[in-house]
Amino acid sequence: MDSQAKKTADTKAPITGAEIVIRCLNEEKVKFVFGYPGGAVLHIYDEIYKQNGFKHILVRHEQAAVHAADAYSRATGLVGVALVTSGPGATNAVTGIATAYMDSIPIVVISGQVPVPAIGMDAFQEVDMVGVTRPCVKHNFLVKDVKDIAATIKKAFYIAATGRPGPVVVDIPKDITAHLADYFYPKSVEMRSYNPVLKGHSGQIKKAIKLLLEAKRPMIYTGGGLVLGDGAPELVKLARTLGYPVTNTLMGLGGYPASDPQFVGMLGMHGSYEANMAMQNCDVLIAVGARFDDRVIGDPKDFLSKKRTIIHIDVDPSSISKRVKVDVPIVGHVQSVLSEMNEALYLETKGAAESTKNNIGNNISAWWKQIDEWRGVKSMVYQNSTTVIKPQYVIEKLWEVTKGDAYVTSDVGQHQMWAAQYYKFDKPRRWINSGGLGTMGVGLPYAMGCQFADKDAQVACVTGEGSIQMNIQELSTCAQYGLPIKVIMLNNRYLGMVRQWQEFFYENRYSESYMDSLPDFVKLAESYGHVGMKITNPADVEGALKEAFAKKDKFVFMDFITDQDENVFPMIAAGKGLSEMVLKKDNKERHED
Amino acid sequence: MKHIISILIENEAGALSRVAGLFSARGYNIESLTVAATEDATMSRMTIVTSGSDEVIEQIIKQLNKLIDVIKVLDLNDGKYIERELMLVKVKATAAFRDEMKRMCDIFRGRIIDVADGSFTIELTGSGTKLDAFIESLDKTAILETVRTGASGIGRGDRILKL
Repeated sequence: MDSQAKKTADTKAPITGAEIVIRCLNEEKVKFVFGYPGGAVLHIYDEIYKQNGFKHILVRHEQAAVHAADAYSRATGLVGVALVTSGPGATNAVTGIATAYMDSIPIVVISGQVPVPAIGMDAFQEVDMVGVTRPCVKHNFLVKDVKDIAATIKKAFYIAATGRPGPVVVDIPKDITAHLADYFYPKSVEMRSYNPVLKGHSGQIKKAIKLLLEAKRPMIYTGGGLVLGDGAPELVKLARTLGYPVTNTLMGLGGYPASDPQFVGMLGMHGSYEANMAMQNCDVLIAVGARFDDRVIGDPKDFLSKKRTIIHIDVDPSSISKRVKVDVPIVGHVQSVLSEMNEALYLETKGAAESTKNNIGNNISAWWKQIDEWRGVKSMVYQNSTTVIKPQYVIEKLWEVTKGDAYVTSDVGQHQMWAAQYYKFDKPRRWINSGGLGTMGVGLPYAMGCQFADKDAQVACVTGEGSIQMNIQELSTCAQYGLPIKVIMLNNRYLGMVRQWQEFFYENRYSESYMDSLPDFVKLAESYGHVGMKITNPADVEGALKEAFAKKDKFVFMDFITDQDENVFPMIAAGKGLSEMVLKKDNKERHED
Repeated sequence: MKHIISILIENEAGALSRVAGLFSARGYNIESLTVAATEDATMSRMTIVTSGSDEVIEQIIKQLNKLIDVIKVLDLNDGKYIERELMLVKVKATAAFRDEMKRMCDIFRGRIIDVADGSFTIELTGSGTKLDAFIESLDKTAILETVRTGASGIGRGDRILKL
């Protein structure tokens, strides 16, 4: 097979579409392709067998392939790649694609399609993939000529990674992968219809600087866009120069170091009191790669009841003034805009900076005093227990044991919020979760993607007994590739977030939110050759975590039996505003012990 | 408020469904949508008549621009423009009413393009409101069938939407 590869490299002989696909992926320097074979992609899989340019990771369900590719991208900043077959393979991938779309993650999903003459004939394993995915991709393609494969894949990677990133689907009919064509991979892409703006408008940047320097109650609010745009170092520089408070959204955690005194915590529905109060009461707000969504500011009317001037930096113009009218929009790549702001700030305040060394912004000591008062409310303090494991305590210990340096993936629900609240992320691209779509089941495949991205890193999957069962089959994939992931399952025998809402808003009618007939997770893990641990006593939490993370080459599944009744606080109910925060629900019936 | 939005878009399979899908997915109104290739066959020109508050129209334009296949977007209402729509109406034209129907058609500067035993088919071009007015002025029971193309729009004078 080597001689054949050599032949095609050396001569201009036509090659098959399948081989073109492989060579394109190699040109893009793809290291991992997460996939699952099937009829329509057999030609491609045959070429995968013959190559060693990238490693193919065989998952156990196509959804997991896309999630793993998505997490690989979140962890590295590179484009993740998944490969699935037509029909059910393609539809299984859709949840993964929609998840990536909502969080603007650059991935390329290659799906097989029935042969061109069979399209539209209701052929076996046929589904209109381009039609099905249209509302949840940045763009998609159906390749109908072998000559178009290379240029299309080039475009797919370019579109996925530039501007506001997102998933791109390339649907390739089976016969096209067998047809022959000369191979030519374009060096660059020119598209008259797609030219993302990179540099921010300098007049707007000047205006923003002036506003920031004059602010009395400034606030810096950053989201997933800052992390994805690799703008965190520039943001840290800006924030430290100004000495202003910073909050991160759920997607933006790690964008500013959580252990820094200027950090006021996550904001939003389950954000800290100080973050939400500062957001509500600031006079100048700078939003960076964040989109004022419903889980962040709640009801826009409540938010707008306080007057403030808003500066908004975003690569996507449609994110600006969507839910909240913005005063100074700056469209551009966050890294480029922030670096220009830092330069402008340096020039503007050179004299001041040299005399005072730091805090060249307005004197905002009164504002900090106010923020410290809000901090004094201690909205993140929970009542620990010696008899039952509190989920928050597990996360705090996880943070200690991993020295705050793990990749933490989560599923969706209460455990996700506790992980976000109690694990202090100091680095970007370490907190990997489904913020936009809120997809249960992402946790384990996300952990796989992270572990492939950084094979020696500590990877913790914080999950619940509900979420983990949505992609539990991936325990097998983890065994096959020897991934030393640590699963931290907060097992409260409830779909906790559903139960919490039923407690608050449906008078304790726990409709279908109890998780019955759970497996013995320890035995389940062991059956795959993993290590299983069950922890029921609060005193054992720290020791168990240490023991698990000491097993550097083992996958450890930790089943923490936690307090069934614990709720996530603070909380802003859906549809309410930031000023309507609930710190603790007084719930006598459920908190007697 | 009603807006007429002109779009230059790559003439590719599925491009129309991306635009139509965007409007339905985000809950925007479409009063009418017309599309055909331009003098450059690789591009299509689309005219969409929609309505919404200023904020909604701003979002529609931004979201349209975000579609990868969309080359240019112009809100014709931002300046002076001309709007034209074609309508074909088949009306009852029995002996007693034939003259009356012909007169009506002339008043609106329509043309009778098909004459049959009991009916005329009238071709009428104009703004949407003119076509509405014609329909209004006819006796409802006289209308057998109508078909409208939806509005096409173009900027006046120097306002040119081109690559």
